[in-house]
Amino acid sequence: MGLQVLFFYLFAFIAVASAFMVIAARNPVYSVLFLILTFFNSAGLFLLAGAEFLAMILLVVYVGAVAVLFLFVVMMLDIDFAELRAGVLEYAPVGALIGLILAAELIIVVGGATFSPEIAKGISMPIPAIADRTNTAALGDVLYTHYVYFFQIAGLVLLVAMIGAIVLTLRHRTNIKRQSIPQQVARTPETAVEVVTVKPGQGI
Amino acid sequence: MDAFISTYVWPAIIMVAQSLLLLVALLLFIAYILLADRKIWAAVQLRRGPNVVGPWGLFQSFADLLKFVFKEPVIPAGANKAIFLLAPLVSVTLALAAWAVIPLNAGWVIANINVGILFVFAISSLEVYGIIMGGWASNSKYPFLGALRSAAQMVSYEVSIGFVIVTVLLCVGSLNLTDIVNAQSNGIGTNLGLPASFLDWHWLALFPMFVVFFISALAETNRPPFDLPEAESELVAGFMVEYGSTPYMMFMLGEYAAICLMCALTTILFLGGWLPPVDVWFLNWVPGIIWFVLKASFVFFMFAMVKAFVPRYRYDQLMRLGWKVFLPISLAMVVITAFVLKLTGAA
Repeated sequence: MGLQVLFFYLFAFIAVASAFMVIAARNPVYSVLFLILTFFNSAGLFLLAGAEFLAMILLVVYVGAVAVLFLFVVMMLDIDFAELRAGVLEYAPVGALIGLILAAELIIVVGGATFSPEIAKGISMPIPAIADRTNTAALGDVLYTHYVYFFQIAGLVLLVAMIGAIVLTLRHRTNIKRQSIPQQVARTPETAVEVVTVKPGQGI
Repeated sequence: MDAFISTYVWPAIIMVAQSLLLLVALLLFIAYILLADRKIWAAVQLRRGPNVVGPWGLFQSFADLLKFVFKEPVIPAGANKAIFLLAPLVSVTLALAAWAVIPLNAGWVIANINVGILFVFAISSLEVYGIIMGGWASNSKYPFLGALRSAAQMVSYEVSIGFVIVTVLLCVGSLNLTDIVNAQSNGIGTNLGLPASFLDWHWLALFPMFVVFFISALAETNRPPFDLPEAESELVAGFMVEYGSTPYMMFMLGEYAAICLMCALTTILFLGGWLPPVDVWFLNWVPGIIWFVLKASFVFFMFAMVKAFVPRYRYDQLMRLGWKVFLPISLAMVVITAFVLKLTGAA
């Protein structure tokens, strides 16, 4: 048990410290790199809690894809961060309020069972013991067996959002040349080559 | 105190010893795979390749190592020093970390975790950071362009690799790499009357996915014909322009460790891991590790041959191949595989 507690505090401390550095670092690229460190340590915390699937998905989705895009954008943009920071004290009360609300909600969700023990009995699908169902399979049961329609609807909503984004940004410009692979493959010598017999001294 | 030693100290010592053994074996393997890469490339072009250091040039990689280590690392004045030096470290560490879950034989694995394949997938999706960080920290145009290219390329091809892995998982029903290999002792070959043979392995049943995975692995590891991040004809050496000596060597090491990882992963997912190709007594007698190394070397031979005779893709063609060809194919194969498994009652 002692080793797990040690690792918990290690991950938790680095996660909190690097989360603080995300907002404290002067260079935005450093911010994103600290954000990645935070994700890594959160994945470590998930692993300690026995949620191995969530830990790996956190790495694949957030670190492997989302943070890459963040880094991409931050490196490309040329923002004067001193200017952005100028009004930071004006917004501090609003930020503090939002943080407070988030913290209260987290405490209510996580600590709910402690305040009123009967909440735990109302859970419709308790987590099966790790010994008889790995948590990958347990998550699959919930998402693809019990709530498959809701899951599909959520997927459709995302699809609509994606199509919307494409429709908003797609422009068909007429004055540029486009490569069409089917057209290139469909070309035959008859359509592509014209044989001309040139008489000497006359040209074409 | 005895309990502490038996629960923590001994397992820790054993794990460190195993990791060191794997690391040394892997580095030796990489040294010779580098040589093999150059030799095969040379042979295709009717050259001799490295043949001066040691008999048939066998010690060339070690000579290169000494040369890299004894040179002075130069850090450009405008570079971001910390990230500039961190980038090659990240790339090497990540490429080697994924090997912790790769089973080389039945039971020969350092960490036999339930979500092994996801771990490898997660780590290989992080390898792009070494390249982006190196390209940005160099504070120069060519490295930056190379880094941007590589970020887009690796993120694109991970999508199809993910779907390929999903089809394999549908057939196996487990995320554990050892289970994936063991599941391949029973399949098409058994139904055709040739049990426990190479026809049982996934390469035959999932042949389109095998091809997609192989090509995506080339793109994921920035191998030719998809080596646009370091295309020497247009970007000099891409994200590695400003690097020299030991940091450069670490980038190379990370790249080849990632290539070996992809070879091992192809072997595990599609070529039956350590299983012998035919169920004959003298082939069963050969240790599984030998089969594993032989199969992984065969996959690497294909990597090397592709490098030798396929010309480099143009960048828009690369993106088109990833998003418009591989993504629909692999998505369709996921659906088809699921239907076939459901209809035949296999899952």
